[in-house]
Amino acid sequence: MSPREAVRVALQALAANRLRSALTTLGVLIGVMSVVLLVAIGQGARSEITSAIEGLGSNLLFVLPGDGDFGSGPTRSRFVLDDVERIDQRLPGAQRRTAGSTVGAETLQVDGERVSASVQAVTASYPDVLNRELARGQLFTESDVVTSRRTAVLGASVAEELFARQDPIGRQVSIGGVQFRVTGVLTRIGGDGSPFGPDQDRTALVPITTGQRLFGVDRLDSIFVRASSTAAVDADREVIRAALGERLDEDEFSVVSQDEIIGVVGDILAILTGVLAAIAGISLLVGGVGVSNIMLVSVSERTREIGLRKALGARTRDITAQFLLEAVALTALGGLIGLGLGIGGSHLVAAFAPVPAEVTWWSVALALGTSVAVGLVFGVLPARRAGKLDPVEALRRD
Amino acid sequence: MSDPVLLTADAVERVYRLGRDIEVPALRGVSFAVDRGEYVAIVGSSGSGKSTLLNLLGVLDRPTSGQVRYDGRDVREMGDTDLAALRNRRIGFVFQSFHLLPRLTAVDNVALPLIYRPGTPRSRRDAAVRALTQVGLADRLEHRPTELSGGQQQRVAIARALVTDPALILADEPTGNLDSVTGLDIMTLLEQLQSERGTALVVITHEHQIAQRAQRTIELRDGLVVSEAPA
Ligand SMILES: Nc1ncnc2c1ncn2[C@@H]1O[C@H](COP(=O)(O)OP(=O)(O)OP(=O)(O)O)[C@@H](O)[C@H]1O
Ligand SMILES: [Mg+2]
Repeated sequence: MSPREAVRVALQALAANRLRSALTTLGVLIGVMSVVLLVAIGQGARSEITSAIEGLGSNLLFVLPGDGDFGSGPTRSRFVLDDVERIDQRLPGAQRRTAGSTVGAETLQVDGERVSASVQAVTASYPDVLNRELARGQLFTESDVVTSRRTAVLGASVAEELFARQDPIGRQVSIGGVQFRVTGVLTRIGGDGSPFGPDQDRTALVPITTGQRLFGVDRLDSIFVRASSTAAVDADREVIRAALGERLDEDEFSVVSQDEIIGVVGDILAILTGVLAAIAGISLLVGGVGVSNIMLVSVSERTREIGLRKALGARTRDITAQFLLEAVALTALGGLIGLGLGIGGSHLVAAFAPVPAEVTWWSVALALGTSVAVGLVFGVLPARRAGKLDPVEALRRD
Repeated sequence: MSDPVLLTADAVERVYRLGRDIEVPALRGVSFAVDRGEYVAIVGSSGSGKSTLLNLLGVLDRPTSGQVRYDGRDVREMGDTDLAALRNRRIGFVFQSFHLLPRLTAVDNVALPLIYRPGTPRSRRDAAVRALTQVGLADRLEHRPTELSGGQQQRVAIARALVTDPALILADEPTGNLDSVTGLDIMTLLEQLQSERGTALVVITHEHQIAQRAQRTIELRDGLVVSEAPA
């Protein structure tokens, strides 16, 4: 039997039992749809987080407490404000390239309006080092830091929620019960509150010394250093190590580059995406079992047909191929429809939900390949059973 | 083609096994030959082994012992592919219960054996239409089996048997499900093929009337040939 003929026969048999074929293919359809959709969401999250980190500007070095092993528990920071100065003095160039911050969650209040936000106590160099721009007004100065002025720069969301359309500059805001004067508003970063990170615009910057007093701490959570170029990243890292090494043990701090963080985040999300895909893959398997089941029913229903075809000159191989093709046609059809729904669903999610979604070519290839493979694997048993039927016995059946 | 003998059965035995140790000997040493273009009737009481014999001649089954030879070749030495090719090219079957595929039209049913040999859909359809015309169903091409009478269904089955231009048509009680008038029509059609196309015809029948029309009658009893007589 020619391959073309075999495909025609298989499709004819499926068309003869439309409802059953549709129901059988549902498992594979849902499996493929979930693989494509879940991988798209995982991929979308990954690129969103990556671009958020990249949005901080390139060549950034993060100085974090602890030995830098993501597996170990949180470590208390031992950084102090002097460390920022210490590092900056060792780095080449006159420009300030080091910033420090410590973060706390506080309630901000203006008249009746209350907003909770992450309040970042930072050095005056923070916006330059971390690429944050002010939409209006200005940041506090180094002398504000020295004198622990109570001034604040609000994130775009916070400013909007507290002051609506009024100009916040010069107004008073209560942060954690202490009055601050608003001197500026940050440019909106966007990405409004995806589930994968805090809203970057729901924040307020205050001078580091003021913030430390507010939070009741004398430490910094982290230190940021902008290298002058990609080539300088490694050299700067050594300078930072040496500077901090004078005061701290080697395992009390670590210096990681932006690329390393993106790499780690990427790895974590790749694992997450893989797990999601595997779970969806299980539903593909279940779908395959359903296909196997229905094909067995089909073989037993069409025993006489099989006997007849053999009497008319079909080889064992022709019969086996016919049923195998039917199984593959079922799963491939389910795979194609599932793919369509998965892609459509990803676009819907991307358009209407705060979850980003990006369909990747490999998830499409994987899903289609798997659905064909599922058809082959789960079609083999029924198809072989059909091929092996004894024609005399088969023809006698009614 | 000089050898007039188409097939031979030589001391053919067929024992069915039921479970472990129950053996049913359906054929107990049957020998005879069928010549090219010959018309043979097989008669015998129910359970005498007629269908068993026909299945062996149609190479749907293999003998427990003894030989079935086609054109001198022992069937036991053929593999699945050879046997399938033999059935497809040399043998046409006509069954008591027609065995048409219900979801296919008459033309598609008739074209069914042709999909197991090279050829285009076009050529298959043409051949099927010719065969259906030959059995008088040119006006029923697109009917499904349920839309045809019993006699018409058997005509479709005969068209399916002759569409491959076989050397032998094997018919197991082809009139068994038909009334006597229609049955006679069917037999006339089969005999016409035999005489006009030179196709050998082996028919199992219960009816003496039909057996008498054959060139030769083989009578089976309890798995043995008890008489072999020219009609
Ligand atoms: N698959 C089988 N398993 C066991 N015994 C069988 C099988 N097929 C046939 N037999 C037995 O073999 C014997 C011959 O059967 P067969 O079908 O050849 O008879 P028959 O002459 O065609 O009868 P009928 O005229 O009723 O069709 C019977 O005794 C039957 O019970
Ligand atoms: Mg019988």
